[in-house]
Amino acid sequence: MKKLLILGAGTAGTMMLNKLNNVLDKNEWLITIVDQHEKHYYQPGFLFIPFNIYNCKDVTKPKRDFYPTGTTVINSEIDKIEPKENRVLLKNGQVLGYDYLIIATGAKIKPEETEGLKDKLWYKNIFDFYTIEGACALRDFLKHWEGGKLVINITEMPIKCPVAPLEFAFLSDWFFTEKGIRDKVDIHFVTPLPGAFTKPRASAILGDFLIKKNIRLTTEFNIARVDNDEMKIVSWDETEIPFDLLVTIPTNMGDEAIARSGMGNELNYIPTDPHTLRAKNYENIFVIGDATDLPSSKAGSVAHFQSDILLENFLCVIEGRKPRAKFDGHANCFIESGFGKGILIDFNYDTEPLPGKFPLPGIGPFSLLEETKMNHYGKIMFRWAYWNFLIKGLELPIESNMSMAGKRL
Amino acid sequence: METIDFIGRKLELDADGHLKNFNDWDKEVAQEFAKLEGINELTERHWIVIEYMRKEFKENGDAPSIRKLTKESGVDTKELYALFPKGPAKKAAKIAGLPKPKGCI
Ligand SMILES: Cc1cc2nc3c(=O)[nH]c(=O)nc-3n(C[C@H](O)[C@H](O)[C@H](O)COP(=O)(O)OP(=O)(O)OC[C@H]3O[C@@H](n4cnc5c(N)ncnc54)[C@H](O)[C@@H]3O)c2cc1C
Repeated sequence: MKKLLILGAGTAGTMMLNKLNNVLDKNEWLITIVDQHEKHYYQPGFLFIPFNIYNCKDVTKPKRDFYPTGTTVINSEIDKIEPKENRVLLKNGQVLGYDYLIIATGAKIKPEETEGLKDKLWYKNIFDFYTIEGACALRDFLKHWEGGKLVINITEMPIKCPVAPLEFAFLSDWFFTEKGIRDKVDIHFVTPLPGAFTKPRASAILGDFLIKKNIRLTTEFNIARVDNDEMKIVSWDETEIPFDLLVTIPTNMGDEAIARSGMGNELNYIPTDPHTLRAKNYENIFVIGDATDLPSSKAGSVAHFQSDILLENFLCVIEGRKPRAKFDGHANCFIESGFGKGILIDFNYDTEPLPGKFPLPGIGPFSLLEETKMNHYGKIMFRWAYWNFLIKGLELPIESNMSMAGKRL
Repeated sequence: METIDFIGRKLELDADGHLKNFNDWDKEVAQEFAKLEGINELTERHWIVIEYMRKEFKENGDAPSIRKLTKESGVDTKELYALFPKGPAKKAAKIAGLPKPKGCI
């Protein structure tokens, strides 16, 4: 029997497990998946919790609902990978050998990386919304907040779902308007990037939305520390921004298990071939999702596009052939913009987000880089598609590689 | 393609205004780029960073991130921002004659 081991049963790991389980011969392959948690979170839903649009139940399901029968599932923390030995050590003492390894251990926030962030104001006046705990604590805070200076701050790039902080700003504008206290809230978006977003065209258009919604923008702000007593964030060049409520997107990093294995870069991301998705230094290891060091977005949609490529390449490699399929960095993100509308962007390594229609050229139903009601429904439908199709490894009607059809240059 | 006249030399730049050819670079070119970035004099500390960046790029094909700089160049974050105000990774890359760091999205 050949052994395939998958590390991490989040979006990408679960998806790969289901896809491979459908095609690998059960008489030849033993598939094992390891994760430390029993709950699967729909992370894109965390954005909506602070505004009471979703509750915890809407974003949580047991992981076991998504494991195909016949898979060996191990519930334990991974201690470290020993790639030269082809084995993985678990915290529960087990040692797992493998012929092929797929790493899908994702990324998570590390507020400890910034001085004063996880200090006495943490979950009192400072919140994240990248974890279920943070999102729920922020919801409870917002219930009774009467207004003041709201600062939304990205600590450093890269982060998961790079548009989520903007969505948070747009939804705040809507939320406080509905509550009737918009005039009492100063929304300030503070980013280390030179604009509202990374790519020039999208950055300009999204920047205009900020202005339209009366959201202040400070760019090229690199936070050094939080002053808890005076309630302000301070940059490396000593610029200060005061807050009453700080919504932070802390540094995102790969799991410590990757660091313990000596396989990561300075952010614990694993050097990965950007096209084949094979680990740069190991022939029998593939990496997918947020755990890679690729310059593509860290998003569920990206993991989904990668999964088709990885499947094809995996099947090549186990037959002793060279991996052929090439990932192009395709990302597709619905940006919730408030008041029941949304914006959609579609891009890859080489092509920045462009206006047009998606997925059917000229028809849509979605509009790229425009604010429409239909795009908002797309975002809402994404949760349904996530639970029912995406992580079960079923096909969605979107190509893995980006298409220029329907886009305007 | 943009070219620029520097101290009597014609240099090719990429779309971001960074030096196109790694080998066109020398210390004089660095001084000129530094001036464009508002840094009038390159001190010994600047050179430590610049030389580390070039070495990194040669070995890995990418300009290092600010985190990597802090960890490995021997110059801490605070000083990096003092030496190369606003965006040390980006500015130092430009002065070192490297393309803009891939920057993530
Ligand atoms: C607020 C927010 C909004 C988002 N919005 C969107 C969106 O609109 N659209 C979109 O496409 N994407 C969005 N994303 C991003 C998306 O959720 C992630 O990109 C996606 O979940 C990545 O999948 P993954 O499998 O790589 O990582 P994950 O789903 O995070 O899974 C990693 C798994 O590995 C396990 N693991 C890690 N280390 C260990 C260890 N040492 N031992 C045992 N188990 C371990 C973890 O327990 C986890 O289950 C959003 C994310 C956030 C936080």
